[in-house]
Amino acid sequence: MPYSRTRVVDVLFKPLTTAPYEILRKTIQREKKDVINELVDSGLRGRGGAGFPTGMKWKFAAQQKSDVKYVICNADEGEPGTFKDKKLLCEVPRKVISGMAICAWATNATKGYIYLRREYRYLVAQLEEELRIYHEKAKEMGLNFPIEIFLGAGAYVCGEETALIESMEGKRGEPRNKPPYPIQNGFLGKPTIVNNVETFASSAMICRIGAEEYKKMGTADQRGSKLFSISGDSPKEGVHELELGMTLEAFANEFGDGDTKAVQVGGVAGFCIPRKQFKTQIIGEGNTTGGSTMIFNSTRSMYNVLHNYLDFYAEESCGQCTPCRIGTQQLLKGIEAVKSGLKPPSYLDQLIKLSETMRITSKCGLGQSVTNSFSSIVQNFREEMIF
Amino acid sequence: MAEVKELVKELSEKYGNRRESLIPIFQGIIDKNYYLSKEAMLEVAKQLDVSAADIYGTASFFSFLDTDAKGKYKIRICKSITCDMKGKSGIIATLEEMLKIKVGETTEDLMFSLLHTNCIGLCDQGPAMLINDNYYTKLTAEKVRVILGDYIRNK
Repeated sequence: MPYSRTRVVDVLFKPLTTAPYEILRKTIQREKKDVINELVDSGLRGRGGAGFPTGMKWKFAAQQKSDVKYVICNADEGEPGTFKDKKLLCEVPRKVISGMAICAWATNATKGYIYLRREYRYLVAQLEEELRIYHEKAKEMGLNFPIEIFLGAGAYVCGEETALIESMEGKRGEPRNKPPYPIQNGFLGKPTIVNNVETFASSAMICRIGAEEYKKMGTADQRGSKLFSISGDSPKEGVHELELGMTLEAFANEFGDGDTKAVQVGGVAGFCIPRKQFKTQIIGEGNTTGGSTMIFNSTRSMYNVLHNYLDFYAEESCGQCTPCRIGTQQLLKGIEAVKSGLKPPSYLDQLIKLSETMRITSKCGLGQSVTNSFSSIVQNFREEMIF
Repeated sequence: MAEVKELVKELSEKYGNRRESLIPIFQGIIDKNYYLSKEAMLEVAKQLDVSAADIYGTASFFSFLDTDAKGKYKIRICKSITCDMKGKSGIIATLEEMLKIKVGETTEDLMFSLLHTNCIGLCDQGPAMLINDNYYTKLTAEKVRVILGDYIRNK
């Protein structure tokens, strides 16, 4: 059953009472397959947005036969409205690093990278200091898994794991065809596990508290807790850790300013939920799991919101596949034409069809997701697109 | 500004001559010379034995690998939705007025480039901007005058 009130929890940022890297030290004394199975059992799904079951990813990666395997922490947090990974890296970097090291140990990976977005370069010095401490501790434990930072160069699409890998190889950050998946053929052709920052931190916490305890949070469909980056028309902007499974109404009551008109869930790649659907919509179900939530009140023009998103998409589309490159530009021009009266309102229906075509034909999640926000805004706020 | 040839050689010794060394090398050039000049990209192409077109293609893909913005200080103002809602336009107007340039331009003395950028992860503290690697949040016109004033005085 979904919750009608938000439930605040404190797992990810809770200070650890034990010595640094104690979770790691204890975990690597266990059987590898038990740890992976516990993660599968926890129901943890990737916290970057795509929501792939983390335990399964580790399980498949462990099965790959290779002398070299990579673990990459995806800290290319570029989805508009998302800033929770930065907070984790600032406040609890050891949980993130522990998660990476546990992953490497369980899957026999040999080298790790934190792919840090260029915009967060100011975090490099403190992260390097943390890595120095980690390397000391790892040496004491006999764990040979070095981690280094790879600094990105500014591209939203590089949050997509294959584009991220391409950019690490010194190429344009254009997504690859899948399959093969990175766990088969990733960085430099080797098996590579790419997980989001929060996913690693959550994995470490599952190793600490156990899957049973973790599963008590959330609903049958969505286990555990999740960080929400809340911004927009809210008196409580910031990062909040909440149990999964609440209705939008519960969320808006807690975090809105009393005049909430719509909430964008999952960033621009997610859905714009209008007030009339607040009672029935549950955050995370059917929408994405990245945790970006932007709140709009009644003073906001949804045309301006959509225009801003499309401008973003047209700029960040990598240009590799035609549906996304041309589609993003045409959607932007299209809503401008309707607004200015050059095209009739019925043209909006054609644009929705175009965005649906982009979902089917685009190569990666970027082009495939445009229709989420596009259709949900145009359908629910049609009059604002026209007048 | 460092001599390009020497700099590229030095950086490739530090990061390697492999294709995967490219982005760290680019970053190193920008840290010293503020942008990727045509000469620098040609030198990198030679050093890594990759075609110049491919090198430029990669550089031009990424928004922080500046091939045009030559200013020593890059001011990047977030234009994503929540910063926009909280008054990004007013901040840009103040910056344009102070620097006497438009977004996308560089001051004549090559000290400042004014740029738009997409979400920089400071959405709960908008409007926000980066000046090189430093971030500034909850901007107001007054705050911008103080921040930029400091840069101008100390440039």
